Amino acid sequence: MHWYWIDRFTIFESGTRAQAIKAISRGEDHLSDHFHYHPVMPASLMIEGLAQTAGLLIHETHHFQKKVVLGKIPKFHIYNTELVPGDTLIYDASIEYIADDGSMASVQVHRKDELIADGTLVFAHLGQGFMNKKLFNEGELEDLVRVYGMYDIGVQKDGTPIVDPEN
Amino acid sequence: MATKEEILNGVKTVLVDALAVDEEEVTPEATLVDDLGAESIDILDIIFNLEKTFGIKIDRGELIPEDLLTNQQYVQDGKLTAAGLDMLRERLPNADIDTFAKNPMVQNITKILTVNDMCYIVESKLNAN
Repeated sequence: MHWYWIDRFTIFESGTRAQAIKAISRGEDHLSDHFHYHPVMPASLMIEGLAQTAGLLIHETHHFQKKVVLGKIPKFHIYNTELVPGDTLIYDASIEYIADDGSMASVQVHRKDELIADGTLVFAHLGQGFMNKKLFNEGELEDLVRVYGMYDIGVQKDGTPIVDPEN
Repeated sequence: MATKEEILNGVKTVLVDALAVDEEEVTPEATLVDDLGAESIDILDIIFNLEKTFGIKIDRGELIPEDLLTNQQYVQDGKLTAAGLDMLRERLPNADIDTFAKNPMVQNITKILTVNDMCYIVESKLNAN
């Protein structure tokens, strides 16, 4: 089963911020059950999309060498839960703080100009106790950001492109 | 320069937000783990927000003296030695080291951190600025 909850990056500034889009499609399996006659994207999947947007931004900042996991959602406000097929959600994530063992990002969701949700996500960078635990296969994260278009639009802090290691 | 009361109020606000506890629970003597229910991920959240609130930089090692815990001079068989306890007293002057010393297992060290310790760290950082 795939667990992709963004479609592609539209902005990616290493170590600073990322923006991704998510187009909600009636063809997504879960919308058949949530709910059959009233398909609405569960807000938890919106949070997952934000976690992927912010998490991959943090992963890239650490050159994919850390085990980054969503640890806590200290603040999150949802202003509208009617997210329906045909909507395009815009996910924004900005790194507020980044340290060796953790990081924090502020996140927002918009549908056009409407603010749908905002909040803060805290990520843990797993340490020595998790040295032998594998979260992703070798190169898997790079493949994921490649599919999400990060290498097409991503830039370093100095404005130069983030180079795809496969090129 | 912030007064002790301003520092305590700032620390309280951070802890109420981070741990979803009532303000009345955040007394100076309250321990973060046992009394306020903090988990390790909360410590990150607390550090981030203390830094933001007070405009300071806190090294995680200053809050939880991990360098001390990995030093063989201070830890033997998973317990802090007498020298380790002395060092801990120096690093966390407000913490209840005497109670901790009864069973000074390394894994219990985060349990002794109190709201007072947070205030002390913030105050010493502000004074150093």
